[in-house]
Amino acid sequence: MAKQIRVFLDNKPGRLEKVTGVLAAKGVNVRAMLISDRGEFGIVKFLVDKPDLTIVVLKDAGFAAAVKEVVAVRLDDKIGRLHDMIEFLSSRGINISDGYGFAGHSVFCLETEGFEEAARLLKENGFYVLSDQELYET
Amino acid sequence: MFRDKAIETIDKSSLERLQLENLKKTISCAQKTRFYKNRLSKTRIKSPDDIRSLKDLQDVPFTTKDDLRACYPDGLLSVDKSDVVRLHTSSGTTGMPTVIYHTQADLDYWTELVSRGLTACGVTKSDIFQNMMTYGLFTGGLGLHYGAERLGALVIPAGAGNTRRQLQLMKDFHTTTLHATPNYMLHIMLKLAEFDISLKDLNLKKVFLGAEPYTENTRKKIEEFYHIDAYNCYGLSELNGPGVAMECEHKRDLHIWEDSYIVEIINPDTGEILKDGEAGELVLTTLKREATPLLRYRSRDLTRILTDTCPCGRTHRRISRITGRSDDMLIINGVNVFPSQIEEILMKRPEVGTNYQIVVDQRESLDRLSIKVELYAKLFEGDIKVLERLRDSIAHEMKSTLLVGVHVELHEPGSLPVSEGKAKRVVDERKN
Repeated sequence: MAKQIRVFLDNKPGRLEKVTGVLAAKGVNVRAMLISDRGEFGIVKFLVDKPDLTIVVLKDAGFAAAVKEVVAVRLDDKIGRLHDMIEFLSSRGINISDGYGFAGHSVFCLETEGFEEAARLLKENGFYVLSDQELYET
Repeated sequence: MFRDKAIETIDKSSLERLQLENLKKTISCAQKTRFYKNRLSKTRIKSPDDIRSLKDLQDVPFTTKDDLRACYPDGLLSVDKSDVVRLHTSSGTTGMPTVIYHTQADLDYWTELVSRGLTACGVTKSDIFQNMMTYGLFTGGLGLHYGAERLGALVIPAGAGNTRRQLQLMKDFHTTTLHATPNYMLHIMLKLAEFDISLKDLNLKKVFLGAEPYTENTRKKIEEFYHIDAYNCYGLSELNGPGVAMECEHKRDLHIWEDSYIVEIINPDTGEILKDGEAGELVLTTLKREATPLLRYRSRDLTRILTDTCPCGRTHRRISRITGRSDDMLIINGVNVFPSQIEEILMKRPEVGTNYQIVVDQRESLDRLSIKVELYAKLFEGDIKVLERLRDSIAHEMKSTLLVGVHVELHEPGSLPVSEGKAKRVVDERKN
């Protein structure tokens, strides 16, 4: 399962720069990121090539950081394929709380409460769920 | 105009005789409470007969807010509970509140003091009195309500807030007299245009301002804008509430009703009694209260006694407007808040770190209390909903404990200035 790094940050200039600075210095490659703004704070979500290292270096640098598992699905780069997946999840009553896609590689990362169950169902129904390693190499 | 001319213009020696007589009664009431029974047993004052002159009161130690907290709920009750007709509580400096009980006689004299003060400013039975203070456990609402009602004024118990409705009431019922916090008067000023109300639509003549400190400039601003007279009104919940001291029509500081309270001013650091005219902390002893007598209660309010005669002819000495506090209490839209109460709530939450900051500023003339807390890094699980629930739940607990709305902000670990002592935690950006 794909590991997503989440960092709690004050919503002000310079904070994100500190995080990306740490990641760059430690040789971490960021594959995707998403910012969720909640007023005075925000949570930044990263997909990186070295999640285990990343969490350690961020915590060492004093950040409130955590790892969450997400489901990464590779979709055929065809019209309607995203809809097929969303329709499937919807038919199973699975709610997507957050999600984002990588263009070019046709990967869609989705957050949902029962992510293991969601991943199993997707696999059983012909969707390609990426493993950790595959995702970082994508 | 006088409510009770004989008492209000009483000569000094008669006043002192009256005070002495009532002080003995108060000592006798006090001895019926668990707290004072124990405390007085350690002093020279063991019975009312040990009070031979007013000076003897100085042998009694001060009573503090912490004493009141420690007495919660009934360590300071001196009458049978069946004789109590009302109680008011206020939030204590930490979790424990304080409580003041009233018999019917206690409420009657409190009401009478308020009526006296209102009369001294020219309020009569023809007035329409709109009370814009909070009703309930907070004494500001009910105190002036009953005082104005006793005069025969038409009282509109509007309570605090809801500016649109306040203005509608003022307009529809030709309100002549208001009771409000100074900040709320400034707030309404900004809202008149929004609600399409012109001062010409209103019939305002007077406002009684209280519950929070303010400057002479603020009074002038309110008077000039509304074309009304603004009178200063002082009280504290432990000594009943509003009406302890009120200005008269001459607005030359506040007459403190010496037939009901013995007034002392002390150096807040040493406890030394200061001379008239010297600035220090106001200390009050109740002379008429049966249910919860208080001896030498430290108000923590800073003021001084003025002895020059007032043109109104009242002989009771006056106190200057309150210039500050000798503790760290904050007054947020008229409500007393202690930083220690905030700290106590925060320290129960493992999700937040130990560093926090209290910021008070103003928005549309109303005070806004913000509490900035640092998230505790180790308990961060990455879930935004958990953080939002944490923020809401802290705000909810603050509101229900402090009785004022609180804006809670979550910040990164290590991002708030490190506190070098209590004072640094509070940033008060209010003007005045």
